[in-house]
Amino acid sequence: MSTLLELRGVEARYGPIKALHGVSLTVADGEIVALLGANGAGKTTTLRAVSGTVRHSGQIVFEGKQIARGKPDAVARAGIAHVPEGRGLFTQLTVWENLRMGAYVRGERRTLRLEAPRVFKYFPWLERRRDQQAGTLSGGEQQMLALARALVGRPRLLMLDEPSLGLAPTVVQELFRIVKELNADDGLTVLVVEQNANVALDAAARAYVLEVGQVAIEGDSAELRRHEGVRKSYLGY
Amino acid sequence: MTLPLAFTWTEFAQQVTSGLAAGAIYASLALALVLIYQTTNVVNFAQGEMATFTTYIAWTLMHHGVGYWPAFVLTLLIAFGAGVTVERVLIRPVEHRPEIVIVILTIGLFIAINGLVGWIFGPEVKAFESPFPNRSVVVGGVSISIQDIGTFGVCLGTVVALWLFFRLTTLGLAMRAVAFNPGASRLMGVRVGWMLALGWGFAAVLGAIAGMMAAPTVFLDPDMMLVVLVYAFAAAVLGGIDSPVGAVVGGLLIGVVINLLGAYVDFVGQELRLPTALAILLIVLVIRPSGLFGRVVVRKV
Repeated sequence: MSTLLELRGVEARYGPIKALHGVSLTVADGEIVALLGANGAGKTTTLRAVSGTVRHSGQIVFEGKQIARGKPDAVARAGIAHVPEGRGLFTQLTVWENLRMGAYVRGERRTLRLEAPRVFKYFPWLERRRDQQAGTLSGGEQQMLALARALVGRPRLLMLDEPSLGLAPTVVQELFRIVKELNADDGLTVLVVEQNANVALDAAARAYVLEVGQVAIEGDSAELRRHEGVRKSYLGY
Repeated sequence: MTLPLAFTWTEFAQQVTSGLAAGAIYASLALALVLIYQTTNVVNFAQGEMATFTTYIAWTLMHHGVGYWPAFVLTLLIAFGAGVTVERVLIRPVEHRPEIVIVILTIGLFIAINGLVGWIFGPEVKAFESPFPNRSVVVGGVSISIQDIGTFGVCLGTVVALWLFFRLTTLGLAMRAVAFNPGASRLMGVRVGWMLALGWGFAAVLGAIAGMMAAPTVFLDPDMMLVVLVYAFAAAVLGGIDSPVGAVVGGLLIGVVINLLGAYVDFVGQELRLPTALAILLIVLVIRPSGLFGRVVVRKV
């Protein structure tokens, strides 16, 4: 498998506070990679460095090219979809308008015509509720819409930030089932940040564990499950 | 209190229709204010002066022999370019500063354009051509001036066109998305800075239309939009400063109410119209600060 995304010694800071102390990781084309770690370990900041919503130093290479620094719109056009913490939905717009915005990145109309039917296969209820205001959906439905909106733009890389946050366990299962299906069907590449290590390791082939802004442990999901430190700190047994 | 004239429904209907024509002008300028408020979160105090300046451009074009409608269209294009340029050159550098900085900048712009207009075109009042015949049509016993019908039609036509643009086009959707959530829009690949500039461009176009429609009756002078701007403020606040629909409804309401008060309430007459608008503004701010159509966000978590 060829490398799709590579971070080499990436550092980032919020004002005087350094959040990333040289993160290095790779995501191969077609794989699901999980990024685990405690609160404040730098998981979210890592995704934000990639999508350009926080400034970074060090190298981020996507499809063999250096990524634009601090230009989220350019990163999105390069084929990276970032579903941020809090989902970033347009709550005052309808479900359909949110999906239209997802298609914007590749030219709304044509993309929507081609991709909406594909996305509705995974989320059939979205089609029935396309005229509903996004803000009136339940938390789980909003997370699904955020995922669907990202998919409409047919990204090369999908980055999910804590998709399980605040959702019922059954909804979390459903969400990750869809992500795995997309990965199996279309070879969608996913980099997912999770506090819920269990569910993330189920879906991902490989994982990185961040501690205070650095990669502390990395390996296959099965390997990490057996790792004593990971088990005690993140899996809870 | 006595009525200044004997009340007849015909007279009343006439006052309402001329109020609607004036209201359509306020609605256009109020909508311009709302467009900018939604994306930049400030009231653009220079909106009226920008409108005045573009109306002078229209006057200059016509003065040099360009016909009314070609001059009209040309002026709208120039206004659009000017609006975009103002955002890119003046507002963009202070985009992330506190809102008060941008407000002060728009007040500075107000003073600068006002001075510039006086300096370039002179302080004397100029007559401005109307594209509509100075006649009336009688509908059901009510005499309505064609001037009023035309003004109303042009303003409302523009508003509807703009509404369709925001609803139906990709660009319009992106502009609305940016107004609601600029951060998320960036992640969708939207060039947010340009959307803000387009917003200023459209606002300037609305202002130019308001200016050109107002000029035949209020005449062209450097201060001509001051009064209109106050009415537009009142309209925008009445409708809800973040609601485009509210701005239009508010504008029409202000136009009609002010006209009726001026005609039927003795002490309002001509002189107290402006203070009345300010009183409406104050009452709305106290009783219902979000206005008639202010945003009520439905949110479930």
